[in-house]
Amino acid sequence: MQPRVKLGLLQRTYIPEVLIGLIITARHFFVNLRNHTLRLMGSRSVQPGAVTIQYPEERRPLSPRLRSLHRLTKREDGAPRCVACLMCETVCPARCIYIVPKENPDPHIEKMPARFDIDLGRCVFCGFCVEACPEDAIRMDTGILQFSASSRKDMIYTMDQLLAHKPASSQ
Amino acid sequence: MPTLTIDGIEVTVPDKTNLIEAAKMVGAEIPHYCYHPGLSVAGNCRMCLVEIEKAPKLAIGCFTPCQEGMVVHTSTEKVLQARKDVLEFLLINHPLDCPVCDQAGECWLQIYYMKHGQYESRMMEDKIKKHKKATAIGPTVTLDQERCILCARCVRFCDEISKTSELGIFNRGNHAELDVFPGKELNNKYSGNVVDICPVGALTDRDFRFQCRVWYLDTQDSICPGCSRGCNIQVHYNLDRPHHAEGRRVLRLKPRFNPEVNKYWICDEGRYGYKFIDDESRILMPQVMRNGGMEFVSWDEALKASAEKIKASIPEELGVLASPQLTNEELYLIRKLFVEELGATQVEFRVPPKEEGYSDDYLVKADKNPNTKGAEEIGLAVGSAEEILKAAAEKKLSALVIFVHNLVNSGLDDSLVKAALEGVETLIFIGSNFSDTSEKANVILPSATYAEKSGTFANSEGRVQRIHEAVPPLGESLPEWQILNELARALGLDWDYQGTEHIFAELAKDVPAFANLTYEILGDQGQTLGYVPPAEEEALVEHGELEAVRAT
Repeated sequence: MQPRVKLGLLQRTYIPEVLIGLIITARHFFVNLRNHTLRLMGSRSVQPGAVTIQYPEERRPLSPRLRSLHRLTKREDGAPRCVACLMCETVCPARCIYIVPKENPDPHIEKMPARFDIDLGRCVFCGFCVEACPEDAIRMDTGILQFSASSRKDMIYTMDQLLAHKPASSQ
Repeated sequence: MPTLTIDGIEVTVPDKTNLIEAAKMVGAEIPHYCYHPGLSVAGNCRMCLVEIEKAPKLAIGCFTPCQEGMVVHTSTEKVLQARKDVLEFLLINHPLDCPVCDQAGECWLQIYYMKHGQYESRMMEDKIKKHKKATAIGPTVTLDQERCILCARCVRFCDEISKTSELGIFNRGNHAELDVFPGKELNNKYSGNVVDICPVGALTDRDFRFQCRVWYLDTQDSICPGCSRGCNIQVHYNLDRPHHAEGRRVLRLKPRFNPEVNKYWICDEGRYGYKFIDDESRILMPQVMRNGGMEFVSWDEALKASAEKIKASIPEELGVLASPQLTNEELYLIRKLFVEELGATQVEFRVPPKEEGYSDDYLVKADKNPNTKGAEEIGLAVGSAEEILKAAAEKKLSALVIFVHNLVNSGLDDSLVKAALEGVETLIFIGSNFSDTSEKANVILPSATYAEKSGTFANSEGRVQRIHEAVPPLGESLPEWQILNELARALGLDWDYQGTEHIFAELAKDVPAFANLTYEILGDQGQTLGYVPPAEEEALVEHGELEAVRAT
């Protein structure tokens, strides 16, 4: 352990440190005031002044490659594209995907998920599941970033919920 | 005994050894599909091509016997190119099913592709579609013709081992496909083995279908408890991901090679006989009869209650029905506790089955217990089950301890069993699963199954083989040897067995048939009763006394 720095008398009063803090805040205020005024007067050479976005009424645009809440894609007939190969469950470092396979009624497709749950309380949003999927059945493009629940159980999203999610581009 | 050189290493092999086996001896692997050491040689996959000096062309390793002075190379450029080309041919019509194929992870196409393939596909035409995709061809096996590489191992298995000849390869060239003969289905006592020997995902197990990906499975060596043959098996289990297979832990059994017992195979009865391990009928908590009903109690209370009842009965009033399903260690403790310490005279382990079990001249034995031989040697056959039950029915017994057996569904007279179970004052049942017999018990002590404990079984030929704990005992159940240890302590005896090896060391000292045996000597292939260490054996041979010792 490092020895604690011995504070001098002046430092122990905290007065100089508080003043320094106030000076920094005030400097930001005046610099922004100057930048905003100059931009308003038509000068393009200065930096734009800092602005506060009024979240949640105002939102910044999302990057198209953002990893947001998962969704399961569907076939043309509405059935999940997922073939329950368990590649995503295998690769998931947080072990938050739970799939139970069952026989697919379509003879051309081997199997399908009977259960596909993602425990978002454990998910680390690494996107490995999307990378691993051989069928493009799972994507993280819903643009949904806020989700909450009042119990851990409710953080587990079931297959029906995940299938109902829409891509961000469609909204 | 020819001597040859493989990859620069000189090796002397027995006559008629082929190059694949000889290469194994020097640590070189020759990849192969159609060759299986337990079957005849077909030589049709062409994967095992090797270069032999002075031979004009590459030769297949499986059908080339070793010759004196042969110089073989298994990984020259020419050989590697040949393997790559063979693999390309095999994959021409192979579907891209790997993600959904149950064989993925233990598929030899995948394994060899990672070693020898990994090329750009040059196949421009569409893949040939075959007729049967994921079709059940019998009660145990699913066939997928597109995945088949036509190695014909399964065909040879059905011809040579099960001798039922259900399978054949039909049509020619691109359209050749594996199928059952018209009107037949793959339904024999050994059908599950074709799944094990299929190097690809063409034949998969219906029982294991979609239950779990193989890379989640762990393995543990064990012995099949299905009959007195004692086939060597591997228990495949999954503890990490309990949402698979409805929470069952043991998911399949696979045969383990033992040249003395089962070679490469096991029967279907044994293969699918594991279901009781994670069955709903498992007993999870000790129970004691109180105020006319069964109550869940702690182990301490249950053992105390059992000990009181056993203590209260004089030796002649105590009956014990041990089971040949138990390990040698446990049977020895039963003998030590009930016969030697308590002096019980009504002790038996044999209960006749309801009907004669199926048996054949290959693996399956009629005696469906894994350890009858061991129980006989340990000396638990004091009375007979019928006598004990008669005594119980006549209210001559105050306590009856039953291990594992379900008497209600046995070859014993039903009315006698009923009278006995009701006539005895205290019935203590020690077993893993609920049955009609456990329902009548006053004290139920849950015990572990064979996959949850260690120990040894002696098969009908007297080969003592070890079982190992694969999964922990379910609920609060305990291995029988621990229950017996605790019961003895509750009875005021100074027992303190720390493990089955501890018990086995004592057993080897006490029971002459087990003399000289230790867990180390048993190893993973077992050893026969009456074992004589090699050094002593030499001395006995010199004096001409070996036969006399063996006879005892």
